[in-house]
Amino acid sequence: MSELALTLLRLGFLVLLWVGVLFTLSVLRRDLRAPREARPAPVAAPGGQQPAASSPPRRARSGGKGSRLVVTEGPLSGTVVPLGTTPVTIGRAADSTLVVEDDYASTNHCRIYSAGGEWVVEDLNSTNGTWLDRTRITRPTVLPVGVPLRVGRSVMQVRK
Amino acid sequence: MSAAVAADAVAPDNAEQPTRRGQELLLLCFAWVLGSLALANVGWATQDGLPARFWTALAVLAGAGLVAHAAVRALAPYAEPVMLPTAYLLNYLGLVMIYRLDVAAARRAEENGSPAPTPEVIGQLTWTVLGVLLLAAVLLIVRDHRKLQRYTYISLIVGVALLLLPLVPGLGTTINGARLWISVGPFSFQPGELAKIALAIFLAGYLVTHRESLAIVRRKVLGVSLPRGRDLGPLLGAWLLALAIMAFETDLGTAAIFFGMFVAMVYVATQRRGWLVLGAFLLVVGGLLANLLYGHVRTRVQIWLDPFEFANDQGYQIVQSLYGLANGGLLGTGWGQGYPQLVPFASSDFILSAFGEELGLTGIFAVLLFYAILVQRGLRTAVACRDVFGRLLATGLAFVFALQVFIVAGGVTKLIPLTGLTTPFLSAGGSALIANWIMVALLLRISDITRRPDPVIQSPDQALTQVVRL
Repeated sequence: MSELALTLLRLGFLVLLWVGVLFTLSVLRRDLRAPREARPAPVAAPGGQQPAASSPPRRARSGGKGSRLVVTEGPLSGTVVPLGTTPVTIGRAADSTLVVEDDYASTNHCRIYSAGGEWVVEDLNSTNGTWLDRTRITRPTVLPVGVPLRVGRSVMQVRK
Repeated sequence: MSAAVAADAVAPDNAEQPTRRGQELLLLCFAWVLGSLALANVGWATQDGLPARFWTALAVLAGAGLVAHAAVRALAPYAEPVMLPTAYLLNYLGLVMIYRLDVAAARRAEENGSPAPTPEVIGQLTWTVLGVLLLAAVLLIVRDHRKLQRYTYISLIVGVALLLLPLVPGLGTTINGARLWISVGPFSFQPGELAKIALAIFLAGYLVTHRESLAIVRRKVLGVSLPRGRDLGPLLGAWLLALAIMAFETDLGTAAIFFGMFVAMVYVATQRRGWLVLGAFLLVVGGLLANLLYGHVRTRVQIWLDPFEFANDQGYQIVQSLYGLANGGLLGTGWGQGYPQLVPFASSDFILSAFGEELGLTGIFAVLLFYAILVQRGLRTAVACRDVFGRLLATGLAFVFALQVFIVAGGVTKLIPLTGLTTPFLSAGGSALIANWIMVALLLRISDITRRPDPVIQSPDQALTQVVRL
């Protein structure tokens, strides 16, 4: 092969290698938007949804309920759990949504679910209790945005 | 209110989290094209035509990529999309460079009239295929990484046993002054590579339960909070293990990897900087001790301080590596047009300097960036993971990749004393390659579990009330 062709091939390969780097980084860039990406899609899906069921969630969205649960203290500090359509369970059980490795938490400690356009936290008969701000909750309680929820040694709050 | 609950529960949950398998396939195709172009380039530059069995090699590698992709698509559909193509590309480029060094070796044998050496690339290709199959097997067997936590102490026993295996008389073999290999019949294997994974699983499991006591602060010395005396036991144990590896198997690199992984995982688990200070202190003490006690360590340090003094004997390798890097310059000599074969062990320990010569600074930066991306994906998986065990395991595995690349790249460029370690995915060496594929498989599994949406429960009422057939 001629000298010129080999030189072009050499430079061409380096260019392609860097195109590969940039291509990979462009796929990664979406990761920076991970919290938004993980947020549940609008519930009003086209078709396949009962008409009666599609209206309450839309009202809920305008009511300004949070979309993610952020752990602010404890070993899992910094973890973000997207709040979607399924209930979020917290506890030491391996099948919990948020698995807390904490001697002060129960196996099935509490769960958070959506009802009436609000997030509701319910204690699942845990030993040390679920604390909303400074009070121990005894029945399903509305979980407002930004109020600390204490489970064992972890503190978490709902954010928008 | 009940209507709202039902509505929320009925909504399709799986639709919201994209699996991103398409992007992975696209990146894999790109990696395949890039590697194939490099292989063709080697042929055009060295023998005026495509290499022998060019299309077979392309087909085998395309098959390997597709098998890996299919395995991830079927078994870990929500795994993140970048890790697999990055590992695949590095593996492919490593194969091309090993083939290129085979061509040089065959040519030299022809000039000297000696019999042609067996090409290394065939073995490496076989190990690559095996590695991809193991990736699929690990994804198939380990359906949930949290189950691995049950095998904490079994992993410890397995890991230590694997480390000790080369010391068994009759089984272990000494190659190039290091007793790291076992050979059964014609096969030789380096069990220490697999021990890395077993010990990472043990450490993650151990630290999940002992994190609290390790985080207790005893006293502050010079503004650094140090842990309690009796909690130092595990750290000292790991340090002694590393020293023992160095003493009995005469391998600095593996010892550094184990100790580094241990300190990093304890630091992440406890979030106390005191462990880093202690780790650095023990590293310095261990290094000084090794320098005093072992002749080969002392030689390495002397070569590192002034390689050109030993340019014709012990420092030959590193000096040739530096000449190679200088010959490559900014843009490299191009595939097949440099002289990387002049460096002893160019295909294993010194493959990075071969890349530096043929692809130049521009190319080696791209290769290092791919490593950075691989490590970043691993650490990102750790951050996103919702259970402590997965976090620690992902951190440990990603950190091992990072530390290994640092030790190798630092060694060949004379930044740190040279230690014989493989470059992940690039170097010739089957045991290291399959261990790396297993590590990627575990990271993919953790990220799959993390990103996978929870199964849809039709509605709380329906989920709790079931028809029980009598």
